[in-house]
Amino acid sequence: MAKLHEAQGKTLLREHGIRTPEGALASTPEEARQVAQELSRPVVVKGQAWVTGRADRDLIRFAADPENAQMAASEILGRLVAGQPVEQVLVEEQVDCEREFYAGVIIDDQAQSPLLIFSSMGGTGIETIARSHPERIVRQHINVKDGLPGYEARNLVRSLDIHGKLLVGLGNLLASLYESASAYDARSAEINPIALTRDGKLLALDCRMTIDDNAAYRHPDLGIEVAREYDRPPTRLERIAWQVEAGDYRGTFYFIQMEYDYAHGDGVIGFHGAGGGGSMMSMDAVINRGYKLANFVDTSGNPPASKVYRAARIILNQGPIDGYFASGSGVASQEQFHSARGLVKAFMEEPLTVPAVLRLGGNAEQRAIAIIERAQAEIPAPVEAYGKDDSPEKCAERLDFLISSYSPPAERPTGRFPPDAAEPYQFSTITGGTVTLDHAACRRCDSKICLDTCIPQILSLEENVPVLNISREQAHKGGCIECLACQVECYFEGNRGGSVLLPIEGL
Amino acid sequence: MSILIDRSKRVLVQGITGREGQARTQLMTRYGTQVVAGVTPGKGGVEVDGIPVYDTVEEAWEIHGEIDISVLFIPAPFVRDAALEAVAAGIKLLVIIPDRVPIYDVLAIAQAAKDRGAHFVGPNTLGVLSPGKAVVGMIGGRAESAQTWFKQGPVGICSRSGGMTSSMAYYLAEEGIGATTLVHVGGDIVVGLPHPDVIQLFEGDPETKAIVMFGEIGGTQEERVADLVERGLVTKPIVAFIGGKGAKSGTRFSHAGAIVEGDRGTHEGKVRRLREAGVTVVEAFGELPGKTREVLQSHGIRTA
Repeated sequence: MAKLHEAQGKTLLREHGIRTPEGALASTPEEARQVAQELSRPVVVKGQAWVTGRADRDLIRFAADPENAQMAASEILGRLVAGQPVEQVLVEEQVDCEREFYAGVIIDDQAQSPLLIFSSMGGTGIETIARSHPERIVRQHINVKDGLPGYEARNLVRSLDIHGKLLVGLGNLLASLYESASAYDARSAEINPIALTRDGKLLALDCRMTIDDNAAYRHPDLGIEVAREYDRPPTRLERIAWQVEAGDYRGTFYFIQMEYDYAHGDGVIGFHGAGGGGSMMSMDAVINRGYKLANFVDTSGNPPASKVYRAARIILNQGPIDGYFASGSGVASQEQFHSARGLVKAFMEEPLTVPAVLRLGGNAEQRAIAIIERAQAEIPAPVEAYGKDDSPEKCAERLDFLISSYSPPAERPTGRFPPDAAEPYQFSTITGGTVTLDHAACRRCDSKICLDTCIPQILSLEENVPVLNISREQAHKGGCIECLACQVECYFEGNRGGSVLLPIEGL
Repeated sequence: MSILIDRSKRVLVQGITGREGQARTQLMTRYGTQVVAGVTPGKGGVEVDGIPVYDTVEEAWEIHGEIDISVLFIPAPFVRDAALEAVAAGIKLLVIIPDRVPIYDVLAIAQAAKDRGAHFVGPNTLGVLSPGKAVVGMIGGRAESAQTWFKQGPVGICSRSGGMTSSMAYYLAEEGIGATTLVHVGGDIVVGLPHPDVIQLFEGDPETKAIVMFGEIGGTQEERVADLVERGLVTKPIVAFIGGKGAKSGTRFSHAGAIVEGDRGTHEGKVRRLREAGVTVVEAFGELPGKTREVLQSHGIRTA
C-alpha cells in the first residue's frame, strides 16, 4: 500500500467536497512563517510523516503567531522519523472544536466488500474506542455497484443518536469519504478526528490514506514513486529495484531492504526467494540458523533470466553480506534454468565473493543445477545448487557450513565478462538491453551453441555466423525474451562471442 | 471424487492467444482437462492447439453450450471486464490467474459473482488441480511434470502460496500420500474462495478424508478455519503450516495478503487459534508430510 501523507490525503478529500482547515504545505521555516502570516490567526504546524501518534513524537506544534510557526517548523523539519527526514510541514489554522468524530473506510476481506466505520467519538485510535466504547461505533458494508447512497449514510449516523443538521452534515461527509476512497482505490481511508466547530462546520482535521499498490498506475496524479508496501519511504536500492519491476511486466520482482548498518562477520545474508510462500518459509530456515537477512527478494511468476540477473546484482550491491541464499517453494512451475542463467551472469560479473547456496527445485531443475555447477570455475566464491528433494533447512545448513569454512579473498577479484567484440553484430531488447554477437569470434566457433539454446529460436546461421531471423524491431518488442543463452551458454560451450548488456538504472 | 475440477467439467480459456494462455492451454489439454473453447476479443476464428477461439464469451457459449469454468490468463488491468463478461454469460466458476489485480476490481467481481450465484478462485492463483483428472490454471507448469509430481489419494490440499501448493502435494506424494484436489486460493488479501470456503468444500467431498493447509500471516482466513472447526462445521482432521514467522509487522512480503497490521494477522495469533480449535499445526514445513501420515494413521485413513 502506498501511503499518502496527511496533506495529500486532505487534497483528495477536498476534491470530493469534504472541508479541511485552511492552510498550506511548507518546506522551509520561512515558508511556514509566510503561510501563518497569510492565515493571520493562530496555527498548528504538523510534520508530514508516516507514523501514528505524531503529537506524542512532538511532530505537531501549536503556534500563536508567524514567528512561533517558523520556530516550530525549524524544529520539526529535517528531524529523523523512522530513519527518514521530515521534508514538509502542514501549516493550518487552529480549529475551535466542540465535538469530535471518527470515520474510516477499509476493505473487509471476509465480506469481500468495503466497510465503512463511523464513531461518535474521535481523536484516539479506533481500536482504543472499540475497546472502551464499542456501543459508539457502527459499521456498514458497501455494495460497490451502488456505492454509498446518502440515505444509508444518514441512517448509519442516526443509529448513534445524532439528529438534525448534524446528521445531514455527517451523512454527506461519510458518502464523500467513500467516494474519494473508491475513486482513488484506497485500501484504507481514515479521518480522525472529524471536528464539529463551534460555528457548526464539519472539518477533517487529519487524514490517513493508503492506495492499493495494484491500482497506483491509475493515479499518476498522486505521484506514487514506488507502489510498494513499506513502513517507511523507499531506500535508494528499493527505488532502483522498483524501476526494474516497473519496466518489465514479465514475472514479479519484489525487493525490500531489511538491514542497513552491518559489517562482514555480522551474519547478514543476501536473500533471494521465489514465490511468496516459499520465500517466507526459506527465510525462516536461515533465520533459524541465527542469520539476519539484508533484504527480502522474490522473483517469481515465470520471470525472464534478465529480471533474475538484475535482482541478483541489486542484492550483491547492498553491502558487506556474508552469504547468498536463494530458495523458493522447491517445486516451481517455472522452468528453472532461466533463473540459473540470470544468477550465473550476475555472479560472474559482480563477481560473487561470498558463499552462495541456491535451491532451484522445480521444472528443469537438473538443467538449472548443471548450469550453476559448470560456472563454478569462473566464480571466486563457492556456489552450491540443489533441487526439490533438498529441504530449505538442509540448504541453510550447507550455507552455514560454507560461510564458516570460507575466507574471502584479500583483494577483490575482477568480474568475468566475454572479451570485447572485434566485429559486433548488435540488437536491442525490450528492457533496454543490448545483445552483441562478435561475428569474428562466432566465425571461429564450432559449437554454435547459441542457435540451439536460444529459447525463442530467433537466431539463424548466415555465412557461418548467427543473425536474427526476425526483424530488429520484433526482437526489441519482446521477440528476444532475454533468456541469456547467447551469453551464458556461449561463454562455457562456445567461443565467448555473445554478450548481453543489461543496464540497471541508478546502480 | 474431487472438488471444483474433474474430467467432466467444460472449461473456457479467456486470453487463450497470449503467451501464458497458449502455454497453459497445452498443459491443461495434455493433462486431461476438457478445454472446449477460448476467447480473445478481436482474435475470433483462429485456433490455439486445436481449440477454437471466439471474440466473446457469449459466442463461445452459444456455439459450445454450457460452460462450467472459465480460466483467465489476462493482464491485470483487463481482468475486471473479462470476469464480469464470464459471469454475465452464465459461467458459475472463474479461475483468475493474474496477479496485481486492483482490489476494487476484485470487489466488483465478487459483487457480480454474488448476484449471479457464481464463485471464483484467485486472483493471483496458480489454479486448481485434481490429480489424474484435470487442471485449470498452471499448477505443474508442464503436463509431464504434473503427472510425475502429483498423486491421487485422500488428502485435500489448500494453500495461499502457489509454489507451496505444488510443494506440499509433491512432498506428500513422496511420503506416499496422495490428494483429491490441490487448490491455490491465491495470494491476495481478498480472494474469491479463501481457505474456510475451500475447506468446507473438502468437508463435503466423500473422498477427501483429511485436509492439509498452508496458511500465511495477514488477513483472517486461518482464524475463520479455526472458527469452523470449533463450531463443528468441519470435522475432518486438518494439518497446517503457517508461513511468515520471521516477518516484521507493517511490511508486506510479496503476497499482498501477507501483511501484519497491528496485532491482527500475526503468526503467533493464527497458530494459537488453530491449536485451540484442535488443528494440528507443524512448526517446520519439513515436518508436514510425516505429521500428516501420523494424523491419517491415527484416524485409520489409508494414504493412497
